[in-house]
Amino acid sequence: MASTDSNPFRSMNGPMEPERILLAHGGGGRLMHQLIDGLFGLTLLDGAYDKKHDGVVVEPGSTRVAFTTDSFVVHPLFFPGGDIGTLAVWGTVNDLAMCGARPQFLSAGFILEEGFEMDLLRRIVHSMRAAADRAGIKIVTGDTKVVDRGKGHGVYINTAGLGIVDRNVQIEPGRIAPGDVIILNGDIGRHGIAVLSAREGLSFAFALESDLAPLAGPVLHMLDSGIDLHCLRDLTRGGLASALVELATTRGLNICIEEQRVPVCAEVRSACEILGFDPLYVANEGRFIAFVSPADAPTALDVLQSYGTGPSVIGSVTDCVSGIVTVRTPLGTKRIVQMFSGEQLPRIC
Amino acid sequence: MKYVDEFRAAETAQRYVREIERIVSRSWTIMEICGGQTHAIIKHGIDRLLPQCISLLHGPGCPVCITSAGVIDTAIELARRENVIFCSFGDMVRVPGSTGDLLSAKAAGADLRIVYSPLDSLRIARDNPQREVVFFAIGFETTAPAIAVTVQQAKQAGLRNYSILSALALVPPAIEAILSAGGNTIDGFLAAGHVCTVMGYWEYEPLAAKYRVPVVVTGFEPLDILQGMHMITAQLERGAAEVQNQYSRVVTREGNRPAQQLMNDVFRVVARNWRGIGEIKNSGLVLNNDYQVFDAGHRFGLSHHQVAEDTRCISGLVLQGRKKPPECAMFGTVCTPERPLGATMVSAEGACAAFYRYRPGGGDKSQVTKQEM
Repeated sequence: MASTDSNPFRSMNGPMEPERILLAHGGGGRLMHQLIDGLFGLTLLDGAYDKKHDGVVVEPGSTRVAFTTDSFVVHPLFFPGGDIGTLAVWGTVNDLAMCGARPQFLSAGFILEEGFEMDLLRRIVHSMRAAADRAGIKIVTGDTKVVDRGKGHGVYINTAGLGIVDRNVQIEPGRIAPGDVIILNGDIGRHGIAVLSAREGLSFAFALESDLAPLAGPVLHMLDSGIDLHCLRDLTRGGLASALVELATTRGLNICIEEQRVPVCAEVRSACEILGFDPLYVANEGRFIAFVSPADAPTALDVLQSYGTGPSVIGSVTDCVSGIVTVRTPLGTKRIVQMFSGEQLPRIC
Repeated sequence: MKYVDEFRAAETAQRYVREIERIVSRSWTIMEICGGQTHAIIKHGIDRLLPQCISLLHGPGCPVCITSAGVIDTAIELARRENVIFCSFGDMVRVPGSTGDLLSAKAAGADLRIVYSPLDSLRIARDNPQREVVFFAIGFETTAPAIAVTVQQAKQAGLRNYSILSALALVPPAIEAILSAGGNTIDGFLAAGHVCTVMGYWEYEPLAAKYRVPVVVTGFEPLDILQGMHMITAQLERGAAEVQNQYSRVVTREGNRPAQQLMNDVFRVVARNWRGIGEIKNSGLVLNNDYQVFDAGHRFGLSHHQVAEDTRCISGLVLQGRKKPPECAMFGTVCTPERPLGATMVSAEGACAAFYRYRPGGGDKSQVTKQEM
């Protein structure tokens, strides 16, 4: 029988803090937020800065600078629609974009596994260069470490990014207001399903590519069109649901979305039906939500439409202060959307 | 999406609801057997569309939920062995046994692989001839044929490093156990469409006759369930106790004969311990003598674990339809998906998890207004 030391929870009666790191701590769900709010937030973060944002805006002098970092451990390294190199550049560019920043500089740190093929590394590095050029960001510093064979997964990449934020731009959860309209820039779930099918060798009868894309373009385009963006959030791990729940909880306002207005392509829907996944929780890498006033919504939608991803107004913020997210189903009923507690697991039947 | 959208149309749903409202004259209690149906009912709010006088009970039809803590302990014990690669369906790995779950065994070093099909575990066995590969065979009649094929192929390939830990269970004996128990209040059953796809529905005919209870074989989309509800309400109102087939686009009376033959060739029927319910005669499947070398219990000389379940957990009463999840004092406080006391909370198709996920306040019909805004 398993001894108690394998039990991740100390006891069924005591505090339920896991004693070991579980995969779910990185899954974008509740356990990860507990770790960030608890140990990391309380011990590491300067209280003056907002830990609930994708990046932070600091003012070291007269310039407002957005600063963010992200680590990339995706497996497989190459997937339909992208690779770890492109992801490492655009992932950080997107975190800067969510602050309304114009991306400027990027660092690139590599943790390489002994024995990793140089040819694959070359491909990844060339992808990074192309991705940086397309996003208009300069890679200006970096670091390299090599770990023993078996201690890494080929290559892990960390990037940190700096961007400049205009004086009049104030994008943060605190600005979400009752009546705000929520716009999603395109259909959800492509990245999660594309990576999963590549990783697990699932042979669906269709080819699906990740939605991986740089988001600074559409965000700056909206700002340049005079739209007052209240808050932005890119939908990565944990999907649309986790982003909405996090913002509703942080801001303490209710959000209501219409399930039928959330675009999901037929391929993602089919895969989710088979695997028992809810598309609302599946990962994306080129999708974000924007909170704007109803007056700004038509222009924002027009701008996003020019990027061809099929944007949609998916719901709005109510004046109710319990901080929950509800979704109206196609049958006209409502249900509550919760943050997912760990990784979504494929079901048996 | 074809075969999905047409079964989620709001107008048709409203027509079924109005028709049920028109014919219903008194209170009825209906149990859906299958966890997939429970999930769809709560996710789409179908119980809230129905008239107040129809109460839904959520049955024991989630294979993850009913797998006993003792079997999970055995699975963890196997997974922790040095030379074992332990393969499981994804939703089984977070279910607690008496001391932990498979995911935490993995965090502590066990070689656990999540597979999508039992055949994946066979490939892993072929690729790792020096390792022992064990597949955690859970499920009902729905998954049993695929597992039977896998074991047959293992035998044909002469694999010597492959075995299964069987917790396979059969649905009709569980229904009979619920019906024959004292204090049973169930007026009608929605039978699980997927189980009947394999087994047909002739097995339910003697049950319906013996206990005077109507059964409607029902699918999983919202309109399937509403049509099933309408059919069963109509039967109840006219005093009938027949077996009807709502899911006729998939299910026939006789079922899938080749699949049944496969199961007969590979398995034998045994008593099975259902989590929260206890032992039910003739409700489990294990490998028969021809395939015994592929039985992990036989191969590793395992003894049978009987473990006490957490006494605070009422999942047994939930599985039998005696209690609803929000009626549990532990629901959503001590017991959550991150730290489940019982399996109905951890499996996505478990009734407690479905309530927790979509109605964290617990909301039953009467609480709709309070809880939604």
